[in-house]
Amino acid sequence: MKEYPLTLLNGVDSSNPDNWRLRSYEAREGYAALKKILSKRITPEEIIEEVKKSALRGRGGAGFPTGLKWSFMPKNYDGDKYIVCNSDEGEPGTFKDRDIMHFNPHLLIEGMIIAAYAMGVKAGYNYIHGEIWATYERMEEAVDEARAAGYLGDNILGSSFSFNLYNHHGYGAYICGEETALLESIEGKKGQPRFKPPFPANYGLYGKPTTINNTETFASVPWLIRNGGEAYLNLGKPNNGGTKIFSVSGHVNKPGNYEIPMGTPFAELLELAGGMRGGRKLKGCIPGGSSMPVLPGDIMMEADMDYDSIAKAGSMLGSGAVIIMDDTTCMVRALERLAYFYFEESCGQCTPCREGTGWLYRIVNRIEHGKGRPEDLDLLDNIADNIQGRTICALGDAAAMPVRAMIQHFRDEFTYHIEHKKCMV
Amino acid sequence: MVNIEIDGKQVSVPKGCTILDGARENGVYIPHFCYHKKLSIAANCRMCLVQVEKAPKPLPACATPVMDGMKIYTNSEQANTAQKGVMEFLLINHPLDCPICDQGGECQLQDLAVGYGASGSRYQEAKRVVENKNLGPLISTDMTRCIHCTRCVRFGQEIAGIMELGMAGRGEHAEILSFVGKTIDSELSGNVIDLCPVGALVSKPFRYSARTWELSRRKSISPHCGLGSNLVVQVKQNQVMRVLPRDNEEINECWLSDKDRFAYEGLNSEDRLTQPMIKRDGHWVACDWQQALEFAANGLNGAKQKYSAQAIGALASPHSTMEELYLLQKLMRAIGSGNIDHRLRQSDFRADTQLQGIPWLGTDIADISVLKSVLVIGSTLRKDHPLIAQRLRQAAKDGMQLNVVNPIDDDLLTNVANKTIVAPHGLAMALAEILKAAIEIKGAERTAELNQMIEAVGVLNTTNIAIASSLIDNEPSAIYLGNLAQHHPDYSSIHLLAGAIAQITGASFGFLGEAANNVGAYLVGATPTFSALSTSQLSGLNAAQMLGASDQGNEKCQAFILMNVEPEYDAYNSQQALKTIKSAEFVVSMSAYKGNATDYTDVLLPIAPFTETSGTYINTEGRVQSFNGVATPMGETRPAWKVIRVLANMLKLEGFDHDTPEQVRAEIFKDGSDIGNHLNNDLKSFDIQINENHAESIQRIGEVPIYRADPIVRRAESLQMTHDAAAPRAWMSSELLQRLDINAGDNVSVKQGDGTVQLEAACDEKLPANSVRIACAHPNTIALGAMFGEISVEKL
Repeated sequence: MKEYPLTLLNGVDSSNPDNWRLRSYEAREGYAALKKILSKRITPEEIIEEVKKSALRGRGGAGFPTGLKWSFMPKNYDGDKYIVCNSDEGEPGTFKDRDIMHFNPHLLIEGMIIAAYAMGVKAGYNYIHGEIWATYERMEEAVDEARAAGYLGDNILGSSFSFNLYNHHGYGAYICGEETALLESIEGKKGQPRFKPPFPANYGLYGKPTTINNTETFASVPWLIRNGGEAYLNLGKPNNGGTKIFSVSGHVNKPGNYEIPMGTPFAELLELAGGMRGGRKLKGCIPGGSSMPVLPGDIMMEADMDYDSIAKAGSMLGSGAVIIMDDTTCMVRALERLAYFYFEESCGQCTPCREGTGWLYRIVNRIEHGKGRPEDLDLLDNIADNIQGRTICALGDAAAMPVRAMIQHFRDEFTYHIEHKKCMV
Repeated sequence: MVNIEIDGKQVSVPKGCTILDGARENGVYIPHFCYHKKLSIAANCRMCLVQVEKAPKPLPACATPVMDGMKIYTNSEQANTAQKGVMEFLLINHPLDCPICDQGGECQLQDLAVGYGASGSRYQEAKRVVENKNLGPLISTDMTRCIHCTRCVRFGQEIAGIMELGMAGRGEHAEILSFVGKTIDSELSGNVIDLCPVGALVSKPFRYSARTWELSRRKSISPHCGLGSNLVVQVKQNQVMRVLPRDNEEINECWLSDKDRFAYEGLNSEDRLTQPMIKRDGHWVACDWQQALEFAANGLNGAKQKYSAQAIGALASPHSTMEELYLLQKLMRAIGSGNIDHRLRQSDFRADTQLQGIPWLGTDIADISVLKSVLVIGSTLRKDHPLIAQRLRQAAKDGMQLNVVNPIDDDLLTNVANKTIVAPHGLAMALAEILKAAIEIKGAERTAELNQMIEAVGVLNTTNIAIASSLIDNEPSAIYLGNLAQHHPDYSSIHLLAGAIAQITGASFGFLGEAANNVGAYLVGATPTFSALSTSQLSGLNAAQMLGASDQGNEKCQAFILMNVEPEYDAYNSQQALKTIKSAEFVVSMSAYKGNATDYTDVLLPIAPFTETSGTYINTEGRVQSFNGVATPMGETRPAWKVIRVLANMLKLEGFDHDTPEQVRAEIFKDGSDIGNHLNNDLKSFDIQINENHAESIQRIGEVPIYRADPIVRRAESLQMTHDAAAPRAWMSSELLQRLDINAGDNVSVKQGDGTVQLEAACDEKLPANSVRIACAHPNTIALGAMFGEISVEKL
């Protein structure tokens, strides 16, 4: 099998129970990037420049250029600023951040320290999904190790730079992965997204300037600092720098996390994951987590795994959760399950999402149970249209996009369901 | 200002304002539910989505700031589709049963559905049903109708200062509720009824009693606290059905206290006196006005002949109108008696002869909002002045420092910068300390007068120093005396000291007016010694003297005219007041209610409450607010000004020819003088010794509970079921409980003067040592004596 360069899972051995510890991490060039910055007195501006050069884009789903985001933080701000790591990985199909934290926790810690240095921040929070308790406990241990070794705390490695990192766990609400709901949750309030503007860079945690990045984004930083932004960019392709972990699930022989360079053909990723289960045909694939539009198998087989290629194919790379569906999959049932998720996880704050997600689910549920009506498909599309772009946060869009894509690509199957009151497959 | 374009029209709007505000200023209406001018922006209803050029999707007008050159389309296809889409979502789970909804006809959802809703529903699934909540006696719920705008939640957090409602649950399961098993007890709670855009939160007393279109809307003025809230009184078939706020930014803004809102129930009470009655040979008989007035005139003449004119006294409620008070004092002085007073709960009148003008707030009410430091002295602030407390709360959010000197430490639901909690007898000394601190900080010249005030002060307590510096360092600052201070047995000293502190610190100084017309009563001379009018110069006894509180032998009145007064509830010393009045030769009561008056009067004359007469109140900031009656008087009831006029005619007194209240008003303001010239809180210099005051015995702190303050509110049934109307208990610190060997919850015997009552003991750790807080103006405590002073508590 083809060997791919690794920036995140390099040297990671999940079968070795001590491989995640500080000593092992240091043995694989861990904290070398931090030491390089502090010993060579690399300035924060130089770091941000390097990150910009790398074309690292946010791995949480939106793909926003990381260097640009970091440069939004007010520089000469008189008061506290924060960085927050969004480890509230709740998107169905996504399980990469869990593995980064579980098997390579110091990579995240080092990435956050560098980010804090680059943005002049003294405190950071790592908000961990409430349903991966063992990982939360491991992060706590790792932070203790880093603090004991002088990587965290006051005057890190004898420098004048101080940074404290706190792990904070949620309770499993999907909405808390929305960055402003996450901030509310850290503040001890009900996790509900805030209206933007103001954006967190101006008014974030406790009303202070705050930068929020995904776990994988922070974890990408140490390698690119060690090897330079240019080298990172070259691993991938222009505007899509570096490597990325894809969580492959569904009807493949070897579901799991696979780190590959950006721009790797989907076919190669499918091969890495052991190919289709039972040699069946790829019917459809959701390439970026459950909230992204589904793509038919033939379109998918032609696509490359990077932000721009997937967007061109008609979906989004999102968090990199690749959900594989073979030809035994009933798309109505699949959509019913997805619609139920968004219905259940809507925070209820704003009207279109609170009312619309339930309506969508109920209609799809009716179709699945043989009580569909011919006008339902246009109605579904119209309801989704009325939700999309009208809500406070992106959960409304996340609920709407799968519905619209499913009907767009698999309309025949839905029509069959309605007419015959049963499944096509 | 920035230039924007709204629907093709070039307009200029303030920089930083939202699209919704900018549009509204230019006459463009954008539909909305969650937005409210006084609340924070939630942007959750999404009804106000509009199209903005270059924006990829419609934006909420309520939350989007304007930018120079912005082009906004409120009515474009994109905006319309978005608004109609939101309306459809709002309606899918809303019960479309407007005919049986109490909000029908005054529902924002119903109104906007006409413009933005479809004629039929595409929603064919089951609708959501939400369980109703018991929020207490004032607010009724129909939670299935809720559209989750969270106005009620934000009101609690931001205006009332206490979060009693919240949105629990997620998604479709999200619902508005109170804390488990708790009702809504804020004294401002009724405002959520106005705020709720649908029929989810409606008025419990009003529910299902009328439709909005059946009601006449009539302007009026609240007769309760000194604020003078502007009201819309809604009337159906001559009955007051509901009271709503009338916006007045300078007074009540768009709010009402629950007292102002729900007290109207008292107007329709079964206890209303609707026919004149006289006591003949020990029996009460109903009669006509001619008979009753003749009987009253004869009785008063008899008392005058038997004793003297000076043996007749008049006690009038400060909730009476200016016209009524004017005519009553005119009648009294025409008889030859200067015994008239409206200050029934005041006990210390030493400063009376030193007043330089009418005691008032000292500033405009609206100015409270811009204060940077405040000292409130002796006040149950939230309960006595709910909306002034609200203004102070908003000011505190803007950085105002709130300082308190008080015998009680109730939660003001806002940040308090400094507080000195002292027993009532220590109040004056605490103020003397603040005065001394202020003098020291400012390096002010110590005049002989100042020296006399501070000479007994020892070491300064740091809190009192902090209060003095807060007033000095933050401009503008103000000092207010609350009801407790005004009732206090050392009121004159408190007044003098507070005035001196104001002078040294540069703060303004004033009184939080207890009743709707304290200022008016002073203006027209409803006091024995002070009058702004040249026509009311004959002086006489004050309320306490008339009721026999004086030490000088048997100085008291032998005959009384009571106007809207129930002495057992309205007097400083209910025990003594009842005793004196019961032993009087002849008592005329003009009242809207029967009450217990048959126990102590000889003739009952039914007079109109504020809704059934025209009149004028002058609020605590000196604002003259006249109003008309909103309903015709009930039964044989007559407006009091008419009754007094005819009584004066029968007594053959000169100068009572008024045919309208306007004529009375014209007589009061005949020199066209501006009331502002008469408002002055200064005292002439007079000797008051401030001494360290050690009371060994247990002292009472007697406050008037919010819903016991005046005759109307005492009869408002729903308010009487609230938490604030609970039966009085004997509150004391755990240290005192322990010393008396009492447990909280025990029944104790409380004795004051000749009276003993049994009350439940309760613990309030924040009360000062040796103090027992027992409310007055309640049937369970009227047997007790003065609101302050010695009291004994014993285990049963």
